[in-house]
Amino acid sequence: MSEQNLFEQQRANRRRSAVLVAIFVGFFAWVGFGGDLAYYLFTVDAPPRAYHHTVPWIGIVATLLGLGMAWFAWSRGPKQVLWATGAWQLLEPSKPEEQQLVNVVEEMAIASGLPRPKIWIVPDDDPNAFATGIKATDAHVAVTEGLLTALNRDELQAVIAHEMAHVRNDDVKLMTLLAALAGVIALMSDGALRMMRFGSFRGRGGGRSGGGGGGKKGGAAGLAVVVLVLWLITLILAPLISRLLALGVSRKREFLADATAAQFTRNPGALAMALRKIEDAAAPTKAIKQGTAHLCIADPLGRKLNAKSGFLADAFATHPPMAVRIARLKAMAYQYDKTGVLPEAL
Amino acid sequence: MGTLAFLIVVAAVVFWAISAYNTLIRMKGETLNAWKQIDVQLKRRHDLIPNLVEAVKGAMSFERETLEAVIQARNQAVKIQADASPTGGVQALAGAEAALGAALSRLNVVVERYPDLKATTNVGQLQEELTSTENRVAFARQLYNDTATGYNIKQQQFPWNLIAGFARAEQVELWEITDEKERDVPQVDLSMKPKA
Repeated sequence: MSEQNLFEQQRANRRRSAVLVAIFVGFFAWVGFGGDLAYYLFTVDAPPRAYHHTVPWIGIVATLLGLGMAWFAWSRGPKQVLWATGAWQLLEPSKPEEQQLVNVVEEMAIASGLPRPKIWIVPDDDPNAFATGIKATDAHVAVTEGLLTALNRDELQAVIAHEMAHVRNDDVKLMTLLAALAGVIALMSDGALRMMRFGSFRGRGGGRSGGGGGGKKGGAAGLAVVVLVLWLITLILAPLISRLLALGVSRKREFLADATAAQFTRNPGALAMALRKIEDAAAPTKAIKQGTAHLCIADPLGRKLNAKSGFLADAFATHPPMAVRIARLKAMAYQYDKTGVLPEAL
Repeated sequence: MGTLAFLIVVAAVVFWAISAYNTLIRMKGETLNAWKQIDVQLKRRHDLIPNLVEAVKGAMSFERETLEAVIQARNQAVKIQADASPTGGVQALAGAEAALGAALSRLNVVVERYPDLKATTNVGQLQEELTSTENRVAFARQLYNDTATGYNIKQQQFPWNLIAGFARAEQVELWEITDEKERDVPQVDLSMKPKA
């Protein structure tokens, strides 16, 4: 990738990260102030002595909460992701393959011109790898135990190069934030649904409005119901939307990271071989859950959808079809062998 | 009116000159940094070699020539490294390192002939360390050459070349092997016959 492309990619990623955080906080603000509005509309016609919801404290609290969580995701996101996979940090390599991993990471740090990331090992037999971090200078690369046993030195190097490419392109920041924030949203939506199921929410709101507004001034109450419905729909759709966001950001990036990895190692064939081996070990990576799937080099859930192309896969798969990635890398390797010049992208 | 336009043009030129100056200084810093990275990795390589020689010496006392060639090439490279910098001596160092690499790969071929020797963890570890070091040198070189090429081109291009003198930008040497002899692939004897 030329320098121009790199800067553009980094800038785009930073902008998307900012937009993501803004949407997240905005979502909390809407949930809060929307609730306030509904509550206000329900109580506006209440008798003078009854409670009138005039101070939007739910909105203020929710917005502060959203800001707090965004800050938390920013400062603790990488640790949270690593913690969720049960990874342990490799500090003192004791086995030969651990030493090899440390060496390979060191090599790729040099090739990418970045400081060495911290190295983590995920106790799982399925080969997979991911990178996380908010800053390129303080990044983490995690590989599964299965990856260390399945791949040879060149292939391991290629996989690490792919992860370092994500770090250098500033992909990890956006993807880590997305993982951390999507987790919070899923939790909140679950909570809201449970609240509705137990009827505690409807019971309270309905009771007040029923007593105050009645049929006489249906306008405010009707509007309140509309707001309430909109409000609930956002809560229910939020996890789906955050999931779609996660899908959209990760697929294009995989191709780009494959190409950048080839620039680092000058060995596109090794990455093609590594991807083939990862693909053939089709067992799902159990340690990696859905929330962090988009961070991985290959879909840890082993979903069939990722193998296909077409509209549905375009919309819902987290990773581009492995066969296409391998074919592109092989074409790159062929061209590099023939001409001695590595194509920038395919 | 004319004065105002003139002032605006002058201000624009000054602004451009400052940013061009800073760009050249930044690229120079990056080039020197990439060079330092090569230096670090070469030192690592030079420090590892005596250990490897020590570890295999006992088992291969009759391969004295190969071992001595490695040590000699290493000492030569260390000497040349001491006074090499981006503006001079890069190609001499590249040549010395290529010779060392050739001697090392001959040694590796010999070590392969002694499965027992290779099986001792110490030698295995040293070989992994050496492989990694070779890679690190190669990647550091790759980064240095890319950075240095960008820097060399930039300072020659118009209009940056007008500023190059102020920024004390000089052409830097790339890590290349120009000597045809050193470019040759080292001849290795795979006949599996112990040398006399």
